[in-house]
Amino acid sequence: MITVERLSKTYRVADKQPGLAGTLRHFLRRRQRDVFAVRDVSFEIAPGEMVGFLGANGAGKTTTLKMLCGLIYPSSGQVLVAGHQPQRRHPDFLRRITLVMGQKQQLIWDLPPMDSLRVNAAVYGIPDRVASRRIAELSDLLELGEELTRPVRKLSLGQRMKAELLAALLHEPEVLFLDEPTLGLDVNAQMRVRQFLADYNRRTGATVLLTSHYMADITALCPRVLLIHQGQLFHDGALDRLASRLAPERHVRLELKEPAPAEAFTGLGRLDSLENCEVNLRVEPSSLTRVLAEVLERFEVRDLEVNDPPIDQLIGELFRQGSL
Amino acid sequence: MGRYWRTLRRFWGTALATQLEYQLNVVVELLAVVLSLGGSLLLLSLFFGPGRELGGWNWNQALIVQGFYTVFDGMTTAWLRPNLGAIVTYVREGTLDFVLLKPIDSQFWVSLRTFAPAGLSEVVLGLGLAGWGAHQSGVVLTPPLLVAVLLMLMVAAVILYSLWFLIAATSIWFVKTWNATEVLRAVLASGRYPLEAYPASLRLLFTLVVPVAFLTTVPAEVLLGRASLPLLALGFVLAGGFFAAARGFWLFALRHYTSASS
Ligand SMILES: Nc1ncnc2c1ncn2[C@@H]1O[C@H](COP(=O)(O)OP(=O)(O)O)[C@@H](O)[C@H]1O
Ligand SMILES: [Mg+2]
Repeated sequence: MITVERLSKTYRVADKQPGLAGTLRHFLRRRQRDVFAVRDVSFEIAPGEMVGFLGANGAGKTTTLKMLCGLIYPSSGQVLVAGHQPQRRHPDFLRRITLVMGQKQQLIWDLPPMDSLRVNAAVYGIPDRVASRRIAELSDLLELGEELTRPVRKLSLGQRMKAELLAALLHEPEVLFLDEPTLGLDVNAQMRVRQFLADYNRRTGATVLLTSHYMADITALCPRVLLIHQGQLFHDGALDRLASRLAPERHVRLELKEPAPAEAFTGLGRLDSLENCEVNLRVEPSSLTRVLAEVLERFEVRDLEVNDPPIDQLIGELFRQGSL
Repeated sequence: MGRYWRTLRRFWGTALATQLEYQLNVVVELLAVVLSLGGSLLLLSLFFGPGRELGGWNWNQALIVQGFYTVFDGMTTAWLRPNLGAIVTYVREGTLDFVLLKPIDSQFWVSLRTFAPAGLSEVVLGLGLAGWGAHQSGVVLTPPLLVAVLLMLMVAAVILYSLWFLIAATSIWFVKTWNATEVLRAVLASGRYPLEAYPASLRLLFTLVVPVAFLTTVPAEVLLGRASLPLLALGFVLAGGFFAAARGFWLFALRHYTSASS
């Protein structure tokens, strides 16, 4: 369904100092810098697959997605989506895809979502009867009701995102591109959106490519993960393999009743920081239970927390260690 | 074609619904229109005393020009400004992406997406004023004359739209295009008086560079039955040329947008 071959995108940006002097200097001697947003990325996605596209901020997720939709031209490489070259934006191609962006909205701010939906129905040439049926079905799945007849500006962020999804899916696209659809939503709404996407994928067999920088989105939905870092594809495959590759250590935070010297922590993983009673350790998952048991035995512990490091930090660390 | 028609009806249906959310605005705008037209007429009467002429135009004939100017000012308020003025917002907020992903012509979308009914009152007032001026000038409105005038008004509308669109499309590069449209507006304001009221050098500028004359003076001359055929033909050629330029420039702008947008 989606074939990407050695795809690259280079943005040329002007290096301009702020202010009038900067503008003048820029005018006299144009200095340009290349930003390699996406470099030599190749992958294939089969029909009906649900793939997570993971990467830190600025990794190149949005740029890749926009090239797959035909919104920006690749600098080099080949893309084929649903049998079309996206950058031609052929009407047949546009009818078969959709794009949802967490930080942009297509619904008209001052009007109820229903009005925007009716505009979309006309644009895609969907007869009213069919459109009404689809709206009823989708709003059922999305748990949207009277919200559809309330002005968009009066909806919560979660309700608005669900209405956005409805608007994006009205024409029954075969390929869904979702760019951070859960951005800024509370945990509950995030779960609702995820649940819906999983259902939708199962019911319609649509192909889904979902970007996120929340690990939880991807763990919940996508058996296959593409990880991109600084524009390059770093991992393509099952999630567990990535997780163990990325998150070999757990973060353990301790609050002790009395301060202890650094030597007291030998054999308890790697000591990250030690400040009076507050201790941060990094522990291999395999020895986590042993370490926790020993900690509780050796010290009087007031508080204890075990965390997965956030994905941004993990990826950053990984690359600092130079394990690529 | 049917799909475009249905889409247009939906576009304007939703636009009307938005306006109705702010009913008071409609009343206030209507009042503003009447006041500003009154002001313009007062100013015009200072130039033309009864029985006096300016560049071969008397008061009643100048009313026709003023009337057509009011029509196009109304068209700008009702149609051009709300749509073409919003292109900047589409670019700044990135929602142009959604337009480009719709299986419909993007120029159609950005040109006709919305509609401000308040401007219609100005169009009606302007037509009334032109009609009154024509009546006072002793014009007999035969069907062929009516068709000719309507054709010329359409030519004028196409020229005006294309000029606006060309400027608005530059917002793909410069997010601050608003000033440029203000300049255009000021130049167009010169169209409220007959072309011959200006010095010859300005006249040339208005006819050739920014064809303001074709917006108001030429249709008025058609109505008065004194336009020459070559001038009318030139109007059609200009309208076609400007429209093609606007279309070409939009496609060029989109190519730029798709190679560098964020
Ligand atoms: N229009 C643009 N012009 C210049 N650089 C850009 C533009 N859009 C994105 N970039 C740069 O390209 C890189 C990738 O950005 P993006 O694809 O938005 O990342 P992500 O979506 O993963 O956060 C970043 O370094 C970003 O600054
Ligand atoms: Mg992004």
